[in-house]
Amino acid sequence: MTTIAEELAKHQKVISISEFFTRNRHLLGFDNPARALLMTVKEAVDNSLDACAEMKTLPEIIIQISELSESRYKIVVEDNGPGIVKEQIPNIFAKLLYGSKFHRLRQSRGQQGIGISASVLYSQLTTGKSTKIISKIGTKKPAHHFELKINTKTNEPEIEKDEILDWEKSNGTRIELELEAKYQKGKQSVDEYIKQTAIVNPHAAFIYTNPEKEKIEFPRVTNKLPIEAKEIKPHPHGTELGTLMSMLQDTRARTIQQFLQTDFCRIGASLAKNILKECNIIEKTNPKNLTNEQAELLFKTLQATKIIAPPTDCLSPIGADLLEKGLKKEINADFYVTTTRTPTVYRGMPFQIEAGIAYGGEIDKEGAVRVMRFANRVPLLYQQGACSITESITETNWKQYGLQQSGNNIPTGPAIILIHISSVWVPFTSEAKEAIAHYPEIIKEVKLALQECGRKLASYIRKNVKAKENKDKINLFEKYIPELANSLANLTDDKKEIIQDKLKKLLKKELPTLEAENGAEKE
Amino acid sequence: MAQKKNKSSEELKNLGLKVIKDIDKNKNPTITMPIRALSNILFNEKTKTLELGNKTSNRVFFNVAHAKKFLQTIEIASILKKELLDTGKHEHLRGVFYIAKRTVPGTDINIVDDQTESDKIIEDLEVITGLSREELHVSANKMGSLIGNLILEDSGDTIDCSKLGRGGYSVPSITDELTFKKVNAKYVLYMEKAAIFERLNEDKFWQKNNCILVTSQGQTTRGIRRLLQRLSEEEKLPIYVLCDGDIYGAYIYSVVKYGSIALAHASERLTIPNCKYIGITMDDVVKYDLKKQLIKLDEKDLARIKQVSQYDWFKSNKDWQKQFKMMKEFNGKVEIQSLATRGVSFISEKYLPEKIKNKDFLE
Repeated sequence: MTTIAEELAKHQKVISISEFFTRNRHLLGFDNPARALLMTVKEAVDNSLDACAEMKTLPEIIIQISELSESRYKIVVEDNGPGIVKEQIPNIFAKLLYGSKFHRLRQSRGQQGIGISASVLYSQLTTGKSTKIISKIGTKKPAHHFELKINTKTNEPEIEKDEILDWEKSNGTRIELELEAKYQKGKQSVDEYIKQTAIVNPHAAFIYTNPEKEKIEFPRVTNKLPIEAKEIKPHPHGTELGTLMSMLQDTRARTIQQFLQTDFCRIGASLAKNILKECNIIEKTNPKNLTNEQAELLFKTLQATKIIAPPTDCLSPIGADLLEKGLKKEINADFYVTTTRTPTVYRGMPFQIEAGIAYGGEIDKEGAVRVMRFANRVPLLYQQGACSITESITETNWKQYGLQQSGNNIPTGPAIILIHISSVWVPFTSEAKEAIAHYPEIIKEVKLALQECGRKLASYIRKNVKAKENKDKINLFEKYIPELANSLANLTDDKKEIIQDKLKKLLKKELPTLEAENGAEKE
Repeated sequence: MAQKKNKSSEELKNLGLKVIKDIDKNKNPTITMPIRALSNILFNEKTKTLELGNKTSNRVFFNVAHAKKFLQTIEIASILKKELLDTGKHEHLRGVFYIAKRTVPGTDINIVDDQTESDKIIEDLEVITGLSREELHVSANKMGSLIGNLILEDSGDTIDCSKLGRGGYSVPSITDELTFKKVNAKYVLYMEKAAIFERLNEDKFWQKNNCILVTSQGQTTRGIRRLLQRLSEEEKLPIYVLCDGDIYGAYIYSVVKYGSIALAHASERLTIPNCKYIGITMDDVVKYDLKKQLIKLDEKDLARIKQVSQYDWFKSNKDWQKQFKMMKEFNGKVEIQSLATRGVSFISEKYLPEKIKNKDFLE
C-alpha cells in the first residue's frame, strides 16, 4: 500500500514560470484586456527609454496601436536606442525573468525584468502569434529580424524566424506584437500613460498613432540628457538575510573581510574588522564556508551596527526646472510650481522625491484634484488608493494651501498634483508595480515636498483671488454710498442728496488708493 | 433723566457731524476709537480695575476692509438715536439687530448678517461716545436671579425679594434705575451656577445666614455686575463669589472684581475691587476630600490656564498663582456640585458657613 504522501508525490511537479504566469496574469498587470494593452506599451516604452539612457542619446520613440478587430490590436514600438546584439534578442524578448536590471542597484525604469517577455507570452497566449523584433546596433551592422515565441514548459525562446534585412535606421529596436486587448480613453489609458511619460521625460520625443489613426506628437523641450544614474553596491541596512546568504555564495572575495569591504557600500577595513570581531568570525574565513548560524549572526550584527547612509549620487532626478517645463508643455494651467527634495534613505536604499502642482487654466474645476504618480520616470496609473503617495496627499492639510478638502480625502479644485520618486529600488507593493509601499521615510518626504509646493500655491491663490475680491469690493462702494448718506442724514439732520454727491466725488478721488491698497487694519 | 437722554442723542449726532466734516473737507471719512483688545488693556494697580489704554484705531470708509463696518457703525448709531433715544424707548440687542438687518439695494449684502456683528458695533459706539449701553437704551437678556432680605423699587413697583418663592427676583438687564428700599443682610453670595442657587434657596440658606443670593448662568451679565457693585458701594455689603474650581471660574471672578477685556471701557461702573473669592479652591479639594471628583484637564484647559495666569491682574497674585499651579499638579478641575458627594446639603450646612466663619477667602 502506498502512503498518502507517496500518492500525493505523483501529482507534485515543478510549475514552469510560464505556466505560473498563465494562471496568475493579474499579479503582473494583465488581468483585463484594457490593462494588457497598457502594460505592453508601458513595458516596451520603458525599455526603449532605458536603452536610450544607456546610450546617452535623446530618445525618439514611435508608438503605433492599430485595431485589427474589436478585441485584437497590433502594437508597434520603435526607438533610436543602441539596439540589441543578435545573441541576446531571443533571451530578452522570449524568456521570462531574463534581464540585467534585477541583479544590480541602479535607478532604472523596469526593475524586475519580468517586463516585455510577459507581453510576448500574453500575445502568444491570446492570439497564437509570434512577436516580431527588428534590432540594429550600428550603421555598418546588419539589422536582425526575429520572430519569437516562448516555450511555456521550459521558459526557453522558440525562434520562428531569424533573418537579416535592410532597415533605414542607423540603430535602434522595433517590436511588433498582436494581442487581445481593448482600447479606451480616460485616466488609465495608453493615451494618459504617454502624456504623463512625456511630462516626466522632457528630453524625449514621442510620436503616437492611436487606434483612431490620429497622430499625436509629444515634442522634447530640452536637449539635456538626465544625469546618468550610477550603480551602487547594496547598503548593509537594506540587505535581507536571504540576499546576504546568496551574496556570500556568489562573491568573488576570498575572505569574509574582503567580502564586507567590496560587496557592500560604506564598509571600510576597520569597520569590517569590528563587525567580524563582534560576530566571532575569523577575518580570513572563506565567505562560502560560513555556517548558517554565522551568517545569521553576521546579518544581525550588520543591522545593529551604525553605518553611514549610502551615497545618493546614484539618483537621477528630473530637476524642478525641467519638471516644470514638462508640466507646461502637456498641461494648460495658470500657475505651476515644482520642487526637488534632497535625497534621503529608507532601509538603506537612497531615494529622492520631486513634486509639482499645476493650478487653474484648463484644468477641470469639478471633483477631486488629479494625482499623477511616478516612480523612476514611469507613470503609475493603477492602485492609487493603495499607494503611500496618496496617503501623503490625503494627510496633508490642503485648506491652508487654498484647495478645498473634506476630512482626510484627496483635495478638490482646479489642480493637478504630481509626485515623482527616484530610487535605486522603488518599494512597490506588488509585481504590477503600481503602488509605492508605506515606508514612513517616504511618506514624510512626500509630505514635505507637497508642503513646499503648497506654500507657493497658497500665496499665488491669495494674491490672485484676493485681487479679484478687492475689485468686487471696490465696485460695492457705489452701492454703499447712498446707504451711508441716508444714515448720516438721519443722524445729523443734513440733506441726504448733498452728502451723497460729495461722497461720490470723494470716491473718484480715493479710487486709485483703493485699487492699490490691500486692506490692512490701520493703527 | 431727560437731560441724560439728550446727552446720549447729542453724542451720537456729534459722531455723525464729525464724519460730515471729513466729507466736507474732501477727506476720507474716519472714525477714531480706542482699541478693545488685550494689547490695549492696562491693569490699574491703584484702582484695581482694567482700563483701556491710549491706543486707537481708525475706521475709514474708503477702504475695502473697513467700508462695511463703517457703514454699520453709522447706520446703527442713527437707529439708536432716531428709534430709541429720541423716542425714549428701549430695545434689546436682538431687536437692534433686526432693525439694522436689511439688504443693500443692488447687492446680496446685508448691513448686518448676524447679531454678533451688531452687538460688536454697539460696544464700539460705547467706546466712541463714552456712553454705556444702558445710556444708549439697549438692553440684554435677563440672565440672573436674586433672593434675600432686600426690598427694592423697580419702575414704581416695590418688590420684597424675600417673598418670591423658588425663582427669586428676575434681575433686569439694566439695574441702574433700581432703588434699594430696605436691606437686611450681612453679605451677598454671588454664584455662577443657577443649580447651586436653587439648592441654597431650597435649604433656606439666605434666611438662616441672613444674606442675599445672586446668580447668573455662566459669564456675569452687566446688569448683575452693576447690581453687585451698587450693593457693595451703596449698601457696603461684602460680595463673595462662588465658582467652579477651574480656570473659567477664576476668570469669572476676575471679571466681577477687576473688569473684562471686552468691557474695559465700562470698568468704572461695573467692577468690585474688594469682592472675595469663596471657592471652590484647590485647597478645598484637599480639605473636603474631593480628589476623586476631579475632572481631567484637557488641552484647552491647560492653554487657558497658561493664558489667564499671565494676565497682569493675576500675575502678581501669589495665592492665585498657587491655585493655578495646583490645578496643573492635580491635572484636574472640580465643579461646585461635586460637594454633593458629601451630602446633598453639605454645601449649605457645612461648606459655606465654615468658609465664611473662617474668612477662608482668596483675594
